[in-house]
Amino acid sequence: MTAYLIRRLLYAFPILIGVNLITFLLFFVVNPPDDMARMQLGHKYVTQEAIDKWKHERGYDLPLFYNKQAEGIKTITQTIFYQKSLNLFLFRFGRSDSGRNIGADIRERMWPSLAIAVPSLFLGLAVNITFALLLVFFRRSYLETAGVTGCVILMSISALFYIIAGQYVFGKLMRLVPISGYESGLTAIKFVILPILVGVVSGIGSGVRWYRTLFLEEIEKDYVRTARAKGLSEPLVLFRHVLPNAMIPILTGVVAILPLLFMGSLLTESFFSIPGLGSYTIEAINRQDFAIVRAMVFLGSVLYILGLLLTDISYTLADPRVRLQ
Amino acid sequence: MTPVILWTDALLFLLVAAIVVLVLYARNQEHLRRPWRKILRDRKGMAALIILTAFTAIGLLDSVHFRSDGGGEVVSLFDIWVTPLKTRTEKTYSAPFATHLYTKEYMTLPDGSRQWRYPRLVYGGAHLSNPAEKWRDITMTAFTGIIKGLGLGAFFMLPLYLFRQKKPSCSDVPWGTFSTTVIFLSVFGFTLAELSLKYHVLGTDKVGEDVLYQTLKSIRTGLVIGTLTTLVMLPFALMLGVLAGYFRGWIDDLIQYTYTTLNSIPGVLLIAASILMIQVYMAAHEDQFANLAVRADMRLFFLCLILGITSWTGLCRLLRAETLKLRELEYIQAARALGVSHPLILIRHIVPNLFHIVLISVVLDFSGLVLAEAVLSYVNIGVDPTTQSWGNMINSARLELARDPIVWWTLLAAFLFMFTFVLSANLFADTVRDAFDPRRAET
Repeated sequence: MTAYLIRRLLYAFPILIGVNLITFLLFFVVNPPDDMARMQLGHKYVTQEAIDKWKHERGYDLPLFYNKQAEGIKTITQTIFYQKSLNLFLFRFGRSDSGRNIGADIRERMWPSLAIAVPSLFLGLAVNITFALLLVFFRRSYLETAGVTGCVILMSISALFYIIAGQYVFGKLMRLVPISGYESGLTAIKFVILPILVGVVSGIGSGVRWYRTLFLEEIEKDYVRTARAKGLSEPLVLFRHVLPNAMIPILTGVVAILPLLFMGSLLTESFFSIPGLGSYTIEAINRQDFAIVRAMVFLGSVLYILGLLLTDISYTLADPRVRLQ
Repeated sequence: MTPVILWTDALLFLLVAAIVVLVLYARNQEHLRRPWRKILRDRKGMAALIILTAFTAIGLLDSVHFRSDGGGEVVSLFDIWVTPLKTRTEKTYSAPFATHLYTKEYMTLPDGSRQWRYPRLVYGGAHLSNPAEKWRDITMTAFTGIIKGLGLGAFFMLPLYLFRQKKPSCSDVPWGTFSTTVIFLSVFGFTLAELSLKYHVLGTDKVGEDVLYQTLKSIRTGLVIGTLTTLVMLPFALMLGVLAGYFRGWIDDLIQYTYTTLNSIPGVLLIAASILMIQVYMAAHEDQFANLAVRADMRLFFLCLILGITSWTGLCRLLRAETLKLRELEYIQAARALGVSHPLILIRHIVPNLFHIVLISVVLDFSGLVLAEAVLSYVNIGVDPTTQSWGNMINSARLELARDPIVWWTLLAAFLFMFTFVLSANLFADTVRDAFDPRRAET
């Protein structure tokens, strides 16, 4: 197990280097820093001095890979690749193009993101599993047909609609919750209720459908037939035998996305103006702050790989048939 | 009028051509005909297919572009067809079926006094001498439309009915559903057309453009994103997946490494980063994208490309797993023992057996991509702001929700059309999966 973990961790390294190279190529080679500066300062009527100043303030005036003017180790370290890309491995995100400390921003903005993402995930999981079990319990009846049709309809509605409708009905018409905004501390509750609700409702369609197929797959197996043959009632079969076995793929799927919860949801956060990492990213995209986007890409990849690793581990814990070598 | 071929147009018609070739080929192959027959015999699948065809027809009409002689503006065949909708713009917002503008302004009355009033619309309901008779006129117009639609629908259904009498082999196709859907579409289309000649059926937007026209134009954008994305990623996914599964070893390692790396970058961020870079590139090379239509089209094409790059990994993984399974089967081993070369085995024995996976995943991805376009456009990393798309419509309408009374029609129009489009795509995808997936084969 330990050997396996170490090997997996080592395997993650080349992937991160790959991610790093891709972002580097995307951000510095496709478009030289000069173009970026011009974009930031306004395309026309910009002097070369202004561009040079902009680049110097942000450290983009170094060579890409190899610094001929420096000596010794500095030929490598005094380059954009080392300063901007390799430092990400040490989680040194540096400063954003507008001069703020990215690392501190991330640490601060992580919490509002989590306050929405974690309850949405678990509430959604509970709701989806309940509905999926109900559909399986009432299989081959009109109730199931209606439920499955409802799922397809819910799936076909854009997530934007849920958010706008939620804000309009609960925020504007009924005035139950504020339309958007955020406060830290306990008062945050009234701000996060609506985003969580919207998050759960918009996930019902695809979630219930997916869990239903998992349950149906399980229900055709031999042990379920045995359980029925020995005279167990249908609810007992479902809850004691089908549910725990179907939970294996469900839980491992959840574990895979657990680390990514930190990243927050781009859409929900910017619609409800919640100062989380999702809206942070959106703001960076809209302001064309390349340093933040680069940091978030790297952070996202790290969390994704962590999720993969956790999935593998959770398989061994949840399913005794799986052994990691 | 000189024809203009934009990138996405060319690819869209290439796709249509490919589908036609595939259909002609599949007609002679019993094993390919059977699942399709199953789809056509499913009532849900049939209805969804007809509605999708209607959407596609509008999208394709909108993809034949011309440059008008005078102004140099690029217009499509669809624009020419619905010229009345396109040209009849009001001053600013007006509600659906309204006869008056949404905002008050100072007007000079016939007696010379000036008053703060809602002015009449220039086109919407302009033929009415008394706006109070509006609803009677609407009912009458709608009725004419319904009659015309019924007439045309019945006219097309009649030969089909006779054909069905002659060929008993087609008797289990749900003709009832078929004709109901076609007649419904024809009635709906005619009513809409009749009404939109006299009113703005879905209102007008901020600059007075007809919302119905915008939402119809958005169909093409949705269609392009949904289909071209898969078209550009398909060759990569297919080739890499098959190679990884068939040759294994270091090729497999390399390809797996590539897709894990790409997959580990959060999709939205990769798209955002790429779109940012394209914006920078376009800003730096303005001379290459001088024309507005060309620039918007290039951005749409790049968006498809980027979406394709972020979404090919799933299909690639599926294809690799299936190839791993196939290569151990007896008939492949027999082919190898007979000395058939690797490329020939791949083309003749492996790829055709992956066809159902490709088809299922392409169809399943379609609706997700259409929905994704709306979200991405909202985040400003989607299509060009000048392109008509449901995402852009929602984005611009969202800001107007704070108005009192609210401007709801743009949102409603975008959501309604997107919902119909995505719902029929989802229903069709389910039918296709049920028909092609061997694990769900009929008993």
